[in-house]
Amino acid sequence: MALDDQRKSGFKFVGTRPNRPDGMDKVTGRAKFGADMYAPGMLHGAILRSPHAHAKINKLDVSRAEKLKGVKAIVTRADFSKKINFTSGKDLETWNVLENIMAGEKVLYDGHAVAAVAATSALVARDAIKLIEVQYEILPHVTDVDAAMAKGAPIVREGVADKSVPEGLNSNVARYHESGHGDVEVGFKEADLIVEDSFKTEATHQGYIEPHACLATLGNDGKGELWCTTQGHFYFQKICAALLDLETSQLRVTASEIGGGFGGKTTVFVEPVALALSRKSNRPVKLVMSRSEVFRATGPTSSTSMDIKIGMKKDGTITAGQGTFRLQGGAFPGAPGDLTAMCAFAPYSLKNVHQIGYDVLTNRPKQAAYRAPGSPMAAFAVESVIDELCKKLNLDPIEVRLKNASRKGTKASFGPKFDEIGLVETLEAAKEHPHYSAPLKVGQGRGISCGFWFNFGGETAVSLALSEDGTAQISVGTPDIGGSRSSMALMAAEELGIPYDHIRCTIADTATLGYNEISHGSRVTYASGLATIKAAKDAINKLSKRAADKWGIPKEAVKWEDGCAVPSGPNAGNFQPLSLKDLTKNMGKTGGPIVGHFEATPEGAGVSFATHIVDAEVDPDTGKTKILRYTVIQDAGKAIHPSYVEGQYQGGAAQGIGWALNEEYIYGSDGRLQNAGFLDYRIPLASDLPMIDTVIVEVPNPGHPYGVRGVGETSICPPLAAIANAVSAAAGIRLRELPMSPPRIVAALNGK
Amino acid sequence: MVQVNLWAGLRRFADGKDTVEIKAQNVGEILNALENKYPELKEIIEAGVSVSVDGKIIASGLTEPVYEDSEVFLLQQLKGG
Repeated sequence: MALDDQRKSGFKFVGTRPNRPDGMDKVTGRAKFGADMYAPGMLHGAILRSPHAHAKINKLDVSRAEKLKGVKAIVTRADFSKKINFTSGKDLETWNVLENIMAGEKVLYDGHAVAAVAATSALVARDAIKLIEVQYEILPHVTDVDAAMAKGAPIVREGVADKSVPEGLNSNVARYHESGHGDVEVGFKEADLIVEDSFKTEATHQGYIEPHACLATLGNDGKGELWCTTQGHFYFQKICAALLDLETSQLRVTASEIGGGFGGKTTVFVEPVALALSRKSNRPVKLVMSRSEVFRATGPTSSTSMDIKIGMKKDGTITAGQGTFRLQGGAFPGAPGDLTAMCAFAPYSLKNVHQIGYDVLTNRPKQAAYRAPGSPMAAFAVESVIDELCKKLNLDPIEVRLKNASRKGTKASFGPKFDEIGLVETLEAAKEHPHYSAPLKVGQGRGISCGFWFNFGGETAVSLALSEDGTAQISVGTPDIGGSRSSMALMAAEELGIPYDHIRCTIADTATLGYNEISHGSRVTYASGLATIKAAKDAINKLSKRAADKWGIPKEAVKWEDGCAVPSGPNAGNFQPLSLKDLTKNMGKTGGPIVGHFEATPEGAGVSFATHIVDAEVDPDTGKTKILRYTVIQDAGKAIHPSYVEGQYQGGAAQGIGWALNEEYIYGSDGRLQNAGFLDYRIPLASDLPMIDTVIVEVPNPGHPYGVRGVGETSICPPLAAIANAVSAAAGIRLRELPMSPPRIVAALNGK
Repeated sequence: MVQVNLWAGLRRFADGKDTVEIKAQNVGEILNALENKYPELKEIIEAGVSVSVDGKIIASGLTEPVYEDSEVFLLQQLKGG
């Protein structure tokens, strides 16, 4: 059910495309990113990392490094909290984070941190880590998910599996998920055709251009300051405090401008290490990762191995869907096998569906979120099989998806009934789009895919302070990873009735607002947006009271219209409107500063769907794929700043093109990462991409005052599948493994 | 009583049932009652779950109301990028 006061039309500012507030700073170099902060007496940090995939640390001797001139501090695991123990349940994750940022008794992957140095220059720090002596006892390792689940596989760590894991699986399986409804065996019997197939995807990195970087200051009195690039500085404050035995409120964290996150900056890597070095040296410490460190030691996606079975009638009705999704998440639990399984069949209304997800440990870095974690891989597998069924039954792929599409009231594959959703609208828009009917040449193929993501609310606090000159300052606690400052200003302008450029939105530090959940789950425009609207309403309420006091009438007799307080009707009296500026210019003398607040955990984020159309051409001699045309159609609920929404759609498609065609973590038989740099790990260049067309569908989310749905993640759900379907059509052979790199396509064509 | 649907993987901790009846007026009471009635679910619930009430997915709010005719599903904890 929609919010009682949901607004669907009559917007003055929302839906316009003003200039971005951070544009000038970013194009002139004035914007300060993670590595751009300096402090007097600042030291530089460097981290020693394991060259082995799996090894026991028998000896760690820092004495030679300590003697090097310029070295001021060296930290190892002994310099972090000793209260955090390996345990089970919710407390295990804190131990996992600690173990990941600094190894204990064993190193668990190539790149795992072992010790860190702070020195007077970055060069001395890097020289010093070479003087640290580590004696490793190399242990058997495993980096492939199927190999990790096999009988006799090297075990990454005993005792990690939680209660969900059934008996009979080895200790690398950390979690197990099983869900669905109906009876798939009955459904398969009703099918005219069943297609069963297996798929694999490699781990990919978010590829943010700015590496992890921070400047930390921590005294022996337990008071600290941290400047860092992050998607969630309140979480960083909480987890750093825990890892270093600090009181949370004594550590103030400020988020820098962020050079890309995409989920990869939702957890700490270098920040607790820099704080520990600062505490030990009593000097500020800057730590900046190299690109190689970013690849080796931060969080890429899971890699996957998936089995899909779908039954379909001749008329296109899907009778049953079944999927098994095995995700490796590196050396720690947390791979989203559960969400992958839950998203897999969500676009379709199925009587019979069954899905299983595994979270599997290997000797790789701890996976991290990457836009809609798990959903893109699930869509690749499921939508490939649907495409194959459509081909074999000679059915139109959009008509089949429309026939089976989830709608309001559909029982979702993960359980509950959907509220208002916009999947059908995206499919109808795709069917009518000129792209879908454009002719193709020989050697070219067209692919379609739907995609689904949940979206998220989370703790949110916003404050909106009015100035005497009638302008407004919004403080939010969610780092701006996709244009949110602009969207917040537009929503506040809509409520307050003052121009967009009279409002400045700032990402406040952790001492300024209550706890704000990380900028993840496509939550910011939804949750911080809702909070901004409510904070503006709170400010308007206070403004109206000042007007009522001035007029000598009850506050209830005042309403807010076009940026002014006015009498609510003829019975309220005959008074000239009082503008926001009229009311703020003397606010110090009429009751004090006027600030609107809102703090809550909004729970109406609503889910989101998209449909993508892709044309591709494959060179059969070299296996090179060219993406010829790409169209993204997605439900935004309500687009606050359409240019940013389109940017999110295009960004998801661009990253999906890289994931589908070229990007992959390549491990050698020694368990070491072979391509830890952008020369060997190939993200798409501008020359690889076509113009990505976008269509914004707006089916309002009932849980937001303006109907907003998050848009940041769903855009990466369909590309892997849509591109695979286009490439498979162009090559004339089904591609089952990502990336569809030239060697893999040539091998597939040769094996035809 | 509110009917609470569990995902299939939880059946073995709830006497083989995929739907259980709970007396509760909000999400927090549902989770508490589930832990009390089926102690083996405690570890899973404490590690983090979401709850869907009438199609609205409650990621963390324990005070969200539920009614006798509410459609309630226990779901895996949602996380995003």
